[in-house]
Amino acid sequence: MNAGRHTLWLAVTLLGFGAQPAWTTTIEERLAPCLACHGENGQSANPEIPSIGAQPSPYLLIQLFLFREKLRRLDLMNDAVKGLSDDDLRAFADTIAKLPPPRPSADPGDPARIERGQALIRQYRCNICHDADLAGRDNVPRIAGQREDFLVKTMREYKGNVRAGYDASMAEVLQPVSDADILDLAYFVARQR
Amino acid sequence: MHTLGTGVARLAISMSLTATLMAAAAGNLFAQQADPPPPWKQGQPAGVANSQLAPVAPPPVPTPADKLPLDKLSLKAGFKIEVYAAGVPNARTLRLGDKGSVFVSSRLQDKVHAIITKDGKREVKVVASGLHRPNGIALHKGTLYIAELSQISKIDNIEDNLDNPPKPTVILSDLPKDEPHGWKYLTVGPDEKLYFQIGVPCNICVPSERHGKIYRVGLDGQGLEVYASGIRQIVGMDWHPKLKQLYFSENSRDWLSEDVPEDKLNRVTQAGKDNFGYPYCHQGNFPDPEFGWGRSCSEFTKPVALLGPHSAALGLRFYTGNGLGKEYRNVIFLARHGSWNRSVKVGGDVVVIKLNEDGTFRSMEPFVTGFIQHNNYVGRPVDVLPMKDGSLLISDDFNGAVYRVSRTGRVATK
Repeated sequence: MNAGRHTLWLAVTLLGFGAQPAWTTTIEERLAPCLACHGENGQSANPEIPSIGAQPSPYLLIQLFLFREKLRRLDLMNDAVKGLSDDDLRAFADTIAKLPPPRPSADPGDPARIERGQALIRQYRCNICHDADLAGRDNVPRIAGQREDFLVKTMREYKGNVRAGYDASMAEVLQPVSDADILDLAYFVARQR
Repeated sequence: MHTLGTGVARLAISMSLTATLMAAAAGNLFAQQADPPPPWKQGQPAGVANSQLAPVAPPPVPTPADKLPLDKLSLKAGFKIEVYAAGVPNARTLRLGDKGSVFVSSRLQDKVHAIITKDGKREVKVVASGLHRPNGIALHKGTLYIAELSQISKIDNIEDNLDNPPKPTVILSDLPKDEPHGWKYLTVGPDEKLYFQIGVPCNICVPSERHGKIYRVGLDGQGLEVYASGIRQIVGMDWHPKLKQLYFSENSRDWLSEDVPEDKLNRVTQAGKDNFGYPYCHQGNFPDPEFGWGRSCSEFTKPVALLGPHSAALGLRFYTGNGLGKEYRNVIFLARHGSWNRSVKVGGDVVVIKLNEDGTFRSMEPFVTGFIQHNNYVGRPVDVLPMKDGSLLISDDFNGAVYRVSRTGRVATK
């Protein structure tokens, strides 16, 4: 490898894997490093790392933007999207949105807890914004079949004003929700098809 | 258009409608014995469970100038609207500097921008960044004050330092860090003090001692005191030019019904004493179904006017200029951001509110309309700003833009 190519390679590495020049690869190829953590087809097998398949594109664009602007802080993600253009963000959002939705666990779960979770969904009106099937739309994410540990972590972060979110909607929604209810909600949502 | 009287009439209609829907829901209940609704759902109008209501998030990237929805907006004959500046991400509060710079805050992003006009061209510059929910900004004697979620800071001589502004100096810190309704509105009073609110960290709850209040504090951050209480959230305040009283818009609670309660226009007449009723009484005449028991709306300061259910009445400004015509002297221009917690969206306009000599409500009429098209937003007005040439600027946080309204022809000023 000559010095010039070495410098280019180093620059690409430092800029982050998402920031490779577009002409070198297709968007699907550029997505591969994302799926190394978020899982094949966007279904995560890693603790506290979310499944991203079939998230609505506007929601994905907002999150990618927040990571790029460091308005949502997570070193790995901030580095991953560093230097991406608005068009790059749109291309990633549109491509990820076309991945299949995550498959919930085959285990149907404890019927009593499922019923409790279902009642809580209606009590806190999760179904009104995230839709009856919890598949989300526009700026509201798909939560059906999401990893249970990620759902618990995220709800606790919203309630504790740790994750600011794009706006404060979820912080407001979670304000009256107890930790026991968070666990039951996540239990049900993770098993929702 | 909206008076307390029609509000009451609508309330009656709305309540009878709810009763009808409850009867329909009860019929449904007998048909589906297997799945009775839980107690919280009793009284919920049929169809709500299937309706799609969610807070509308603006796109994170501003709309290009040639894609702005100017052709969708309507004004009275004799007025025109044009783009003042595009590419101002999440444009919220507008403030005017003595040297003509327009400062624009944001709520969802981390920056405060300045729009500068140089040789007839407009330039958008970042004057502060790395801020958290910097919705509230105010200018006073050359100093820019910025209210973030939990602190207030300032930059002196801002217009002399637009190319290389220093970092803001914090003058008041340790405000609550709650995200819900944590963003602030900021204004300077005739007494040269800063006024801002701490909204409630919920939709409906009994707030802590610190929340649900308007505060005032010296320009040096000293002498913090309560100015008014019993408020839910405020995103617009201004001072009556003659009475020197604080007028403010207040956003009422969600999820009670489609049409009740309405957002309010309030004014403070008794510094430190006025209580506007939250969470016990809404819109001056409607006790909260949960928290209102044992309380009466007569305990609280009445609103000046009702501004529509869920309409999200935000920025307001008294107009003391001549440029729009004599009928607009001393009126209030008020931006209604538009509803999310309502099946058929309302608001999405700028209205004119006329007051009587004693500061009471006379009338409200539309001024710029059309931000809602087919029950969807094409833009959302946030704040208004009268300019020295008599025109009126309007910010739009959905498109990240600022518009300018002016007269097309000669203006009668007498």
